[in-house]
Amino acid sequence: MADDALIVVSNLVKRFGPKVVLRGLEFTVKPGEFVALLGPNGAGKTTFLRILSSLSSPTLGRVRVAGHELPRQAAAVRQRLGVVSHLPLLYGDLTAEENLRFYGRMYGVAALERRITEVLALVGLAPRRRDLVRTFSRGMQQRLAIGRAIIHDPEVLLLDEPHTGLDQDACDMLDQILTQVAARGRTVVMTSHDLTRVEDLASRFDVLTRGSIRATTSRQDMPRDGLLAFYRRSLEAAKTDPGAAQ
Amino acid sequence: MSAFLRAMGAVVWKDLAAELRSRELISSMLVFALLVILIFNFALELDASARANVTSGVLWVTFVFAGTLGLNRSLAIEKDRGCLDGLLLAPVDRTAIYFGKAAANLVFILVVAAIVLPVYSVLYNTNLFAQPGVLLVILLGAEGYTAVGTLLATMAVQTRTRDILLPILLFPVVIPVLVAAVKATSGYLQALPLDEIRPWLNLLVTYDLVFTAAAFMVFEYVVEE
Repeated sequence: MADDALIVVSNLVKRFGPKVVLRGLEFTVKPGEFVALLGPNGAGKTTFLRILSSLSSPTLGRVRVAGHELPRQAAAVRQRLGVVSHLPLLYGDLTAEENLRFYGRMYGVAALERRITEVLALVGLAPRRRDLVRTFSRGMQQRLAIGRAIIHDPEVLLLDEPHTGLDQDACDMLDQILTQVAARGRTVVMTSHDLTRVEDLASRFDVLTRGSIRATTSRQDMPRDGLLAFYRRSLEAAKTDPGAAQ
Repeated sequence: MSAFLRAMGAVVWKDLAAELRSRELISSMLVFALLVILIFNFALELDASARANVTSGVLWVTFVFAGTLGLNRSLAIEKDRGCLDGLLLAPVDRTAIYFGKAAANLVFILVVAAIVLPVYSVLYNTNLFAQPGVLLVILLGAEGYTAVGTLLATMAVQTRTRDILLPILLFPVVIPVLVAAVKATSGYLQALPLDEIRPWLNLLVTYDLVFTAAAFMVFEYVVEE
């Protein structure tokens, strides 16, 4: 287990009744890494991110984020995490700045008004700061959702399929924001089905299928035939793996 | 403690600010409450003495029905856009979220009561403001109702049958507060001596304390996945 790792997960098991979603998952992330978590529907990606974000408890195994154990030290972990899902987690009847003000208060952000201005500028919504969120397009809501997730300047950003339902322009803008956030040294773990987009964004690619990480590669070690071929080979290998019980 | 109060205050502010803008929750509760009162008024066709006897019952049934509508909507707003997860991700004691939601729901019910009472007084020819004790009973009854209702609405909203489930869970649990509130309200309206009303007031206070404490202890488990 790497001592310098920001996220350490070992032998993680998650069961919902008789259904085993995660089976002895091992996962380590170093500070500053941008990890793309790839996998088919039902692979357990969302469940895994919900456990990392303390929204769900592991059945078995160890999860440590930023030096704090889950679920025992959940509040300390939450202080260091920002989470973006395919739902915006925003209130439609509040303005953009009111949403950020609310979440900023929940996180106890110091100099909140200055921070709100900074974040709105970063996500390109400063001119719309006093508009109600329900008047925003899906792309604008997702940009504000990133603003909400980084209002407290977290060390780790978890994103669960953030491109879902966005058009090309909105995806491009989202990617620009994510690139800026990652460039500030933040650690990012993102699930996605869009291999073309994550290929340009992430520094590491993990394939999660049948409840565990089956393959991993970095941008430097990427096979010549590209991410899509790597991904398909990983899924095929997992199907023939005797340990990959249904 | 300051972080707890800050988080609780933020939740109350958020709920009130959103409601002030949309008026979605209070308007639906209010319209429903007024309709219930009107229906009772026309359906029962009571004479003056019979009206005096049923006043407190009709009033509390109205509050309970309208309150259920409001509780369901208050938590559905959190669930539908994933905002409940947003709240649970905050690094605060989760009971601060519960108390914030319960306080906002109490305000909504009291606002509805403040509008319903004068309307009721006119329609039923009963001055509900003649006895200030009635207002105390409404405050105590609404507190107990929202304390339990907010907790159960948080449970119900996580299921697919939330609209049906909340009344099924809530109504049996609020029977003690409903009975005590009806009896105490009726006692004040009939100008009974305080000694006869006091047991019902004591029951209301006890219910409020016990269920607020119970909600404080179990809310963390209710929202846990």
